Parts: sequence; C-alpha cells; structure tokens
Amino acid sequence: MIRFRNVTKEYPRTGLALHNVTFQVSKGEFVFLTGPSGAGKSTILKLIYLEERPTTGDVKVSGVSASTIRGSKVARLRRKLGVIFQDFRLLEDRTVESNIAFALEVTGAPRSLIKSRVSRLLSQVGLASKATAMPRELSGGEQQRVAIARALANDPVVLVADEPTGNLDERATRGIFQLLRDINSRGTVVVMASHDLELIRRADCRTLELNHGEIVFDSAERVAAPGSGAP
Amino acid sequence: MRLAWREAIMAFRRSPMLSALSVTTIAFSLFAFGLFGLVALNIRETLSQVEQRVEIRAFIVDGTPAEVTSAAIGDIGAFPEVASATMVTAQQALARARQELGEFNDVFEAGILPASIDVRLREGRRDPATVKAVADRVKSYEFVDDVRFGEEWVQKLYRIRNLSTLAGTALGLTFAAVAVIIIGSTIRMAVLARAREISIMRLVGATDGFVRSPFLIEGALKGMLGGVLALFFTWATNALIGKFVFSAQFFDLKLSLAGVVAGALIGLLGSAVSVGRHLKAV
Repeated sequence: MIRFRNVTKEYPRTGLALHNVTFQVSKGEFVFLTGPSGAGKSTILKLIYLEERPTTGDVKVSGVSASTIRGSKVARLRRKLGVIFQDFRLLEDRTVESNIAFALEVTGAPRSLIKSRVSRLLSQVGLASKATAMPRELSGGEQQRVAIARALANDPVVLVADEPTGNLDERATRGIFQLLRDINSRGTVVVMASHDLELIRRADCRTLELNHGEIVFDSAERVAAPGSGAP
Repeated sequence: MRLAWREAIMAFRRSPMLSALSVTTIAFSLFAFGLFGLVALNIRETLSQVEQRVEIRAFIVDGTPAEVTSAAIGDIGAFPEVASATMVTAQQALARARQELGEFNDVFEAGILPASIDVRLREGRRDPATVKAVADRVKSYEFVDDVRFGEEWVQKLYRIRNLSTLAGTALGLTFAAVAVIIIGSTIRMAVLARAREISIMRLVGATDGFVRSPFLIEGALKGMLGGVLALFFTWATNALIGKFVFSAQFFDLKLSLAGVVAGALIGLLGSAVSVGRHLKAV
C-alpha cells in the first residue's frame, strides 16, 4: 500500500530530514512511527500525503508514484488518504457537520449522499449529538474525533495521523486510539506518528523508530541498527 | 460551481471587516483612476469642440460668376476629407464680422470683405498636413484669390492634442498599474488570512481549480462592488464641481459600465495572481 525506496529528503533551509529510507506498509497494517523530535516522522507522513516530494528515491502510495504524479491527480490521490493532526485543523467558523461535509463537497458528492454519510460518520466517532456544535465548544478529544470523521469521509485506504493524541489527556488518548484501531480493523491502513511510548508498547503494533532521518528499528524485521534499541 | 459561489459569499460574511477594507481600497484606487478619466474625458471633449472650428476659407475674386463658384462648391464638397463646403457672400461675410466683433462694428463697411467658400473638414481629417493639402487644392482654382486656414493655430492645436493623448495614455496606464498592484495586495491579504482554510481544502482532496474558484468569484465581486462605489464617488465629485466650480461632462452609461466591469476584471486578475502564487508556494 505504501512503499518507500531509498528515500532521501533534504529541505533547502533545514537540511537533511530523511536519509536513504526504505520500508513498506502492507494492506491492513497499523504502523507507529516513533523517535525524537526532528527524527523525520512528520517528513515521512508528509511524503505519504504528498505535501512534500522526495529529493531522491521513490515513494509509492496506493500504487501511484509521488515522483511522477502532478496536478489534479494529486488531489484525487489525497481523497484516498485521510490525514489527522495534533492541532486538529478544523475550520473554526463552521459547525461539526459542515467540517465533515466539506471533505465530501470538494469531491462533488451529491447533497443527499453527503447528509447521510455525515450522519453515519458522526455516529461512528460517537458525536451524533454534537452535529451542530462549533469546534470551540468541544473538548480536545471531541475535536480530534471530528477530524477523524472528516478524514474518513471519502473512505480512505490509508489514514495518516501526525501525533493525534499529543494534545489529549490519557482518557481521550485511549478513546482516540481505540477509534483508530476500529478503523484499522475495517481494512484501512493507519500510519501514526507518536511520542507516547506507553501507548506504543501497549498497542503491540508494528513500530518504525527513526533517528536523525534514518530508520533505526523496524519491529517487523526485528533487526535493529547498531546502537539503537526497541522503544 | 454552486459551492464556489456559496464559499465566496460566506467569505464576505465570515470576515466582514476585511471584505469591507478590500472593497474600500479597490474603490479608492478606482476612484483615483476615475477622476483621472473624468479629466481626460473633459480635455478630449474640449479639444474636439475646438477642433470643430478648424476650417479653410477660400476668398473669391470679385465678379466670379455664381455658376462657376457653385460648380466648384460641388467639386470641393466631394473631396473625401471635406465635410461641407458653403458659399459666403460679401454681405454674409460683413454680417458675420459685425456679429463676431461687435465693438468694431463701425470699422466694417459694405464691400470691405470679399465673398468666400468656407470648407469644413471631417472628424479625424483635421491634422495640419491634411488641412494644408486641401487648402492647396482649393487654392488651385483660378477664381480663388487667397486661402486662409490658420496654419500656425492648427499646428499648435494638433500638438496639444497629441501631447494630451500621450500624457493621458501614460498617466492612465500608471493609474491602472497602481490600482492593479493595490488591489492585488489587498486580495493577497485576504488569501493569506485564509491560508489555513486553503491548506485544509487541499488536504481533503480539493483540486487547485476548486480551491481557486471561490477566490476568483470573491475577487470579481469585490472588484465590482469597488467599481460601483468608485463610480458613485466620481459622480459625487463631478456633481460637487458642477455645483461650485464649473459644469463638466460625466461618463455615459457605456463608460460607467465599462468602469464597473474593469473593477470586476481587476479583482478577478488580482485574485487569480494572488491565489496562483499562494498555491504554488504551499
């Protein structure tokens, strides 16, 4: 589903973010990306949702190469991906249901479909009663649920989560993580960046550890690079 | 498209202050351009009125038979540059002189002024070269004693006209460029204020065309509103000048509509450039 082959990413101002990274994520997997700040976790996620392009190497998502894709094809590929962030990135001046509907509207979905789908998504994330609330009226955990519902609007094959529990308390974190596990159990690939080692340990999912832009541990291979250990 | 319109109108409602600021800035930029346009229009009108007075006067030798002058008037009237050729008898010349120069009434006596053929030229054919060429052709008639057309005056008028056209075009282009830059910056501000929204739109799979369309509609609407407001300011200024200083001509309906359409187009262009640059940068 996702394939990184010898990917190096260098930013013009901050320099090398990833160096010769190779890994593959198969259908149905739940993968944690972990490592210290600046290790390259967010860069990997950005390369997956095509916010960035590799400097060298190749990134393939759902069979499409990031090196060659251009224009409206990028938008169409993004519709197959759901993305959530630590800071939720909701449109503050729209209601919860409008925020979710927005992701469907941009695809040109018919109104009747949008209505029923938004209602189903709100039930799925446990916010059926908050449809008309504004984001600022919700707790952090609830806002993240809205962001997840929006990310799921177009039935993504991959859900990319960049520290989605970073701003949440333990209880909300558990709730969000359980929701992501449910989504994954229905076949959606989840790639989640996290600092929360306790959560990763309990989850027992595949883990990729990054340091200085390189993968130093992949639990799927159980082969650690010299000088590193499992999280 | 319906969604793009909804988003554009919502943008006005969501940030009324920023929208009002944009519309006002556009209005003042176009108002400055409108005032300049008004001055240019009135100068052009005045010059065109003065130009209408360009004429060739061919004095006729005494005793020329009427049928000869009538035939010549027919010939001259058929020149492509000529709008009209009319006979002015000695008596008519005297009456005209007395009317035009009332205080010198007693200086003029019957018989002092000769009969003439007065030739008026078509619009656009009143440049010094054409006037001189027609005057030379008229002078070639045997019964024509002398031809006057105020050569120096025609040359001066033509120079003023050329100068005003040149200055008008240069100033007009400068004003238009300034208006486009100001409007572009204003719209860029609005685009930056919504950078977060744009990034979210792209994240959920909106195409660049989809992201762009509400901004283009918004820009065109702001430009059009600014244009209407500028037209009102210009009209009000013109009315005030008319009341207290002198009466000046205002834009006709066609020019007024052109101003509003130009506002909408500048708004559209400013938005297209600003959003295009922003989408390229992110």
